[in-house]
Amino acid sequence: MLNNSNNDAQSTLLQVKDISKKFGDFYANDTLNLSIETGRVHALLGENGAGKSTLVKMMYGALQPTSGTIHWQGQQVSIASPAHARELGIGMVFQHFSLFEALTVVENISLALPPQLRQGDLSQRIADLSLDYGLPLNPAALVADLSVGERQRIEIVRCLLQQPKLLIMDEPTAVLTPQEAQALFATLRRLVEEGCAVLYISHRLEEVKQICQDATILRLGKVVAEVDPQVETAATLAQLMVGASVHQVSRDANDQVGDVLLDISNLSQKSSTPFGVNLVDVNLQVRSGEILAIAGIAGNGQGELFSVISGEECNPNQQFISLLGQVSDGLNINQRRCLGVAFVPEERMGHGAVEHLSLTDNILLSRHACDDTESSLDRGWLGIDRLQLAQLNKVIGTDYDVRKSKEDATAGSLSGGNLQKFVVGRELNRKPKVLVINQPTWGVDAGAAALIRQAVIDLSREGSAILIISQDLDEIFELADTIAVISRGQLSPSYKAGDLSREQIGLMMAGSHEQSAQESGA
Amino acid sequence: MNNPLKSLELNVQIILEKRPQASGLMNLCSPMLAILLTVVMGGLIFAAMGKPPLTALYLYFIDPLTSWWSIEEVLVKAGPLILIGVGLAVCFKANVWNIGAEGQFTAGALMGAIIPVLWGEWQSPFALVAMLFLGALGGALFACIPAWLKTRFGVNEILTSLMLVYIAQLLLDWMVRGPWNDPHGYNFPKSASFEGWHLLPMWGDGRMHLGLVVSLVAALVLFWVMRHTLKGFEINVVGSAPRAGAFAGFSQTKMVWFCFALSGGLAGLAGLIEVAGPVGQLQPHISPNYGFTAIIVAFLGRLNPIGVIFAGLLLAISYIGGEGVQIELGISDKTTQVFQGMLLFFILMCDTLILYRLKWISAKPGQQTAGNAS
Repeated sequence: MLNNSNNDAQSTLLQVKDISKKFGDFYANDTLNLSIETGRVHALLGENGAGKSTLVKMMYGALQPTSGTIHWQGQQVSIASPAHARELGIGMVFQHFSLFEALTVVENISLALPPQLRQGDLSQRIADLSLDYGLPLNPAALVADLSVGERQRIEIVRCLLQQPKLLIMDEPTAVLTPQEAQALFATLRRLVEEGCAVLYISHRLEEVKQICQDATILRLGKVVAEVDPQVETAATLAQLMVGASVHQVSRDANDQVGDVLLDISNLSQKSSTPFGVNLVDVNLQVRSGEILAIAGIAGNGQGELFSVISGEECNPNQQFISLLGQVSDGLNINQRRCLGVAFVPEERMGHGAVEHLSLTDNILLSRHACDDTESSLDRGWLGIDRLQLAQLNKVIGTDYDVRKSKEDATAGSLSGGNLQKFVVGRELNRKPKVLVINQPTWGVDAGAAALIRQAVIDLSREGSAILIISQDLDEIFELADTIAVISRGQLSPSYKAGDLSREQIGLMMAGSHEQSAQESGA
Repeated sequence: MNNPLKSLELNVQIILEKRPQASGLMNLCSPMLAILLTVVMGGLIFAAMGKPPLTALYLYFIDPLTSWWSIEEVLVKAGPLILIGVGLAVCFKANVWNIGAEGQFTAGALMGAIIPVLWGEWQSPFALVAMLFLGALGGALFACIPAWLKTRFGVNEILTSLMLVYIAQLLLDWMVRGPWNDPHGYNFPKSASFEGWHLLPMWGDGRMHLGLVVSLVAALVLFWVMRHTLKGFEINVVGSAPRAGAFAGFSQTKMVWFCFALSGGLAGLAGLIEVAGPVGQLQPHISPNYGFTAIIVAFLGRLNPIGVIFAGLLLAISYIGGEGVQIELGISDKTTQVFQGMLLFFILMCDTLILYRLKWISAKPGQQTAGNAS
C-alpha cells in the first residue's frame, strides 16, 4: 500500500525526543516524540491549538524547547535560530509569506539568501530550478503582480536554492485552488524521490491521504497516534484529531424554497481602498430556505462584497441590493438589521467582537439598534439595559455551547472556536430572516465547526435565506444548496450544489467565468 | 563552511513586548506612581538648582493647601481644568486628538463677550445665560474647523487643532487692541470691564464663582454617559476597535464631529466662565495654558471623568505651588511647566510599561552567521 515502501534509502533524518515547551503554566508541547525519515512525506495533524506550530518552530529554531532534545542525522543539536536551521538543511515555507510586493522575484529571493548563495547569475538559477521542479516563475516579475500560488512558489524556490534535506510546509494548500494544489503535490513527490524529507502540516485529511506516507497526530500538546494515512480513512483521522467522534452535520433534502429574500443585481462597485478589489457586475439571489455559498480564494472581493451587503459601506444613490423585497443600498447596517438581516464578518476579533470588552458588551455591539429583544437594550439617558443583556448572554452561552472562564468573560479570553460560536450565536439568537456569514468556521476546531454548521442549516430549514462566503470547499459541499464562485471581483452564476464537481469549482476559482477570460476563450 | 557557533557576537537589542495580561492593580496605581516619580525628579531638579529640595517640594505641593485663601485659589484654577479635561477625556477615549482646547477656550471667551462688549446695556439674568450659551457655541464652532478638515480632507487633527490655537490667540489680541478696545481704557489692550449680569455670581469676598459647579456637573454627567449609556459605549468601541465600531453601525465621521463639538464646546464654556469670572474683561492673556494643561489632566485622570476631577485639583495645586516657590525661593515660574511636563511624561511612561514590558534580546550566534560566513 505504501508508495515508497521499497525506498531503501530510508534513514532517520530528524528525531525529536521527549520535547516539551511551556508557556507560563501551559504546556504547548508535552514530552513529544517524532522522527522524520528521509524520502518520505510526513504529515503533522492536529486541530488549532494542538501544538503543531510550536513544535515546528522549535525544529526551525524560532523557539527553544523547555526540555528534551532534537537529533539531526543522529547527532544531538541545539538549533539556535532559523539561520542555523537553514545551515543544517532545514527549510520552511510559512503559511503567511513575507515578501516585498514592490520588489521582483529575484530581489525578494536574494534578500533572504546568505551571501555565498547570492553570487552568480541568480535569476538564471531561479529560472532553471523553477522549470526543473514544475514551479513556473518569472524571476523578473514584480511580486505585486503575482497570484498567491505564484508567491508561494517563490518561497518554495527560495528554500530549494539552499538544497534542504528537510522541507517544512505549514498548511501550504490553504491558499491554493485544487489545480494549484495538485501541481504542488507533484513537486513534493519529485523532491521526495530525490531523497528530501517533507514535514507536511495540514488539517485537510484528503490531502494527507493523497501524498503522505507517515502521519503523527497531536492533540492538546501530546502525540496521540502515529498512523499510516494510507490505511486510515478521513473519518478515523478526524476522530483521532478531535478525540471524540465528530458530530455529523445532518441535512434533509431541501424542498421548501420560497421567495427571494436577498437579491443583488448588476452590482458594480469600485473599491474604496487602493489595494481593494473592484466588484464587477455581481448578480445573486437567495431564496427563503436556501443556502447559497460563494466559494473563492481569499482576497478576490469577498470582503468588499460583504461590506456592501452588510451596509458598512452604503450608497444612497444606487439600487443594486434588495433585502426582503426592499431596496437597501442607502440603508446603514443597523437599518438593514432592523429589516431582519444578520451579519457575521470574517474576522471575529476586532470586527465581529472587541477583545477587551465583556461578552455582554459584545452582544450590545450588534444588537443595540433593533427591537428584537423584549424591550430595547438602549434606554437613552437611563442607560443600557444590563439585566436583559446578561440574560441574553446566558441564553446564547447555553444554546451555542460557548465555554468561558466566567459568565461575563472578556471576548479575548475565549478560544477561537468558542468566540466564533458566540459571534454566530449572537446573530442566530435573533432568528434573522436573512443571514450573511463570511468564513463561518475559519480556523475553528471540528467540534465547534459542526455545531455552527448545524445551526446554520437549522436556521435555513426554518425558512431563512442564508448567504455563506467560504474558502473551505468541504464546508461548502456540506452546507450549500447552490454554489457560486467569486474571482477577482466577478461572481459566477449560481449552480445547484449537486451539479458541480470540485474540479469545476477550482477552474472557476482560477477565473474561468470571468468576462475577459470568456471573451478570449470564445 | 564556518561553524556558526564560532562567530559569537554581543548584540543586544531592546524591544517593547506586550504583556499577556495587564495588571489591574498597576493600572490603578499608575497615576500615583507617576506623581511619585515627578516629586522625586522635581526634588532632584530643585537640588541641582541649589535650592533646598524638601522645602521647595513642601512649598510646591503642601503649602497651597494650608490657607483658605490658597485653597480657594486652587478651586478657582481647578474649574476650567476640569471642564476642559472631561471634554478632552471623551475625545481621547474615542481616539480623536483635539490638542487645540486652548484655542477653543479663547474662541469661546471672544464669542461670549459679544454681549457685554456690544450690548453692555442689556442687564438681565438671560444675558448671562446667553453668554454661557454663546461661549460654548464659539468653542464648538471653532473646534469644528479641524473636524471638518479631518473628515473632508483627511488632515491630521493634531496639527490643525494645535495651529488654530495661535490663530485664536492672535485674533483675541487684535480684538482687544482694535475693534473691542475699551474706549475709556487709556489705550491699554483690554475691553471694557464686564458688569452686573455679565459677571458670574461670586461667593463671599473671595474669587469663588459658579464655574466650579458647572465643571463638577459636567464631569458627573459625562461619567454617567460614558459608563451607562449607548453613547459612551459607542465612544469606547469606535476609539478602541474602529472596524467593530463600523460593524455596530457607529460612524467614525460622526464621532469626530461629536468629539470636537463636545470638547470644543466645553473648552469654550470654560473660556467664557474665565472672562466672566476671575478676569472680568477681555485682555490678550486670559489663560495660563489651561487648554494645554487639561491634556495632562485628562490623561492623569485615566480619561475617566471622575478621575479628571482629582487630576484637575492636583494640576491646579501645581499652578499655585509654582507661584509659591517663585515668590519664596525665587525660582522661575517656568518650573510649573516643567512639573506639568514631567507629570505627563511619567504618566505616559507608566501606562506604557503597564501594557508592555521591556525585553532585552541578545542576538543568538546563529543569526550572525549570514553576515559572517563567506
